[in-house]
Amino acid sequence: GPAAAEPLGLGRPALPEEIAAWDMTVLPDGTGLPEGSGDVWTGDEVFAENCAMCHGDFAEGLDNWPVLAGGAGSLQDRRPVKTIGSYWPHLSTVWDYVHRSMPFGMAQTLTPDDVYAITAFLLYSNGMVEDDFVLSKENFAEIAMPNAGGFYPDDRPETEYPEFTGDPCMSACAAGTEITKRAVKLNVTPVGPDGRPAGTLPDLHLAAAGTAAP
Amino acid sequence: MKSRDDKTHDPARRAFLGAAAASSAALAAGAARAAGPDPLITEVQPWASEFGDPVDASPYGMPIHFESQVVRRNVEWLTESPVSSINFTPIHALEGTITPAGCAFERHHSGAIELSKTDYRLMITGLVDRPLVFTYEDLTRFPRQSRVAFLECAANGGMEWGGAQLEGCQFTQGMIHNMEYVGVPLSALLEEAGVRPEGKWIYFEGADASSNGRSIPLEKAMEDVLIAFYANGEALRKEHGYPVRAVVPGWEGNLWVKWLRRISVYDQAVESREETSKYTDLMPDGRARKWTWVMDAKSVITSPSPQAPIYHGPGPLVITGLAWSGHGRIRRVDVSLDGGKSWQEAEIEGDPQPKALTRFRLPIQWDGSEMILQSRAMDETGYVQPTKDALRAIRGLNNVYHNNGIQTWWVRASGEVENVEVG
Repeated sequence: GPAAAEPLGLGRPALPEEIAAWDMTVLPDGTGLPEGSGDVWTGDEVFAENCAMCHGDFAEGLDNWPVLAGGAGSLQDRRPVKTIGSYWPHLSTVWDYVHRSMPFGMAQTLTPDDVYAITAFLLYSNGMVEDDFVLSKENFAEIAMPNAGGFYPDDRPETEYPEFTGDPCMSACAAGTEITKRAVKLNVTPVGPDGRPAGTLPDLHLAAAGTAAP
Repeated sequence: MKSRDDKTHDPARRAFLGAAAASSAALAAGAARAAGPDPLITEVQPWASEFGDPVDASPYGMPIHFESQVVRRNVEWLTESPVSSINFTPIHALEGTITPAGCAFERHHSGAIELSKTDYRLMITGLVDRPLVFTYEDLTRFPRQSRVAFLECAANGGMEWGGAQLEGCQFTQGMIHNMEYVGVPLSALLEEAGVRPEGKWIYFEGADASSNGRSIPLEKAMEDVLIAFYANGEALRKEHGYPVRAVVPGWEGNLWVKWLRRISVYDQAVESREETSKYTDLMPDGRARKWTWVMDAKSVITSPSPQAPIYHGPGPLVITGLAWSGHGRIRRVDVSLDGGKSWQEAEIEGDPQPKALTRFRLPIQWDGSEMILQSRAMDETGYVQPTKDALRAIRGLNNVYHNNGIQTWWVRASGEVENVEVG
């Protein structure tokens, strides 16, 4: 590739306080975790106060809000239930995401100890620890997530691209043309006043006659 | 084909059929000979006599009100909250390749935030020689690059994995836009900070509450990623990341982090929420693909389509649509009128840009009979857009993301068009 360009001297050094304020990412091996700890019962209280109004008292989810616990063993079901316990590969992601982006609408209001406690409570809710469990920076890396081995990097170059590459059929192709599914049967698309899908282009013949919808 | 007349009693359909019949009759008469002089021609119209709007009426204009249907639309039931949600580009009504920013789709995880250029800061941290802070003004002093690229949400068409669900390509393929971006190559910013040899991954995060943090391998970061501040000639729209966003050509839209505030260099992927819980693709064995970054070759016929029915009756008909590939240029698009039994090559407009929307057209003579329309894109790697069934045979039904299967429209004799699957 091209030789590295000479730095232009733009920008200024980031100060340690600035880096600490913004770079709060936690990596899968626990790098980035701050000092602190929290137990399941404290987590239960913090969760009840900050989280349960959407995610339920037991992290089971209210209405259509995300389910955080349950669904173990459902990943091959017709409708899988993908939760922290059933699906997520790393505990670091729970800590990192809750700390930076939750509660929804009031993010970055939880202390590190709050987040350790909530994380401990979510482990308990998913049946992964006992109710006297205390999570800390020190024992964080010891927690093994049930679905830690459940992911693999994109393999489309091996499993799909060879099959989908090459000259396609152009005539007398073996294609089934019986209609098997129709979206109108579900009738879940937003519609306009005329009953057609919202945004349907106007019939210019009707517009010319002055009968088009405004 | 089977009889499918069960919609005959639907009032909207009856109204449509009546209108289509009336317009066909008018057209037939018009084509033969006008019944009488057209008053729009023979009578002086107000706009040919009086004034129009002055030049100071509209310092920044909006489309004429007749085009009010050409807007973003959302589907409430798709998500639990409208601030972590999606809306859809009206691709059924657009032509060419550039998406007007004002109707280009949005996807936020904690709403569209307002961040001024004055308040804007960009930090580079991690495995670099010089952790840096840039102001917006600093960024404007780097040498710039320009490129056109499509941004397609990883979930575009995701609701259609299990069957034909939504009615209109705005809803089934409209989580996409295509803009001309101007900005600074990410490589220039990284060189300014000096990436250490052990730095293998870039992590982007936004200034919004969701942060939308994502990991990108260093090779891609150095190849063609832009840190953009202009789109289609002007500043980014608020909802598209004003004042600064990442442009990651060919890769899933979630990686195009908006309101970009931090670029960190790590020796490993962060495996953030947006690349573990989300944007991982469940497979039939219960395991999931991760890091499915590239958007594969795809196409859709935008007209005719369910929101763009044929009102004009039989005769000349323009079939047109969009094709794109995250792997490079579109080489060819084939169109079928008979559900994939036979195909013909469409015309490609201009010189297709790599990793950008490409316009195709096929003018035909429509005899007024039913058609089962499909389009099939081929990119410069030789990859041919698969059918949905071919994808499902490998991936099952719960992939959620990356549905680039061939779309089928059933054009009825009335000119109405439906989203269907065939088999």
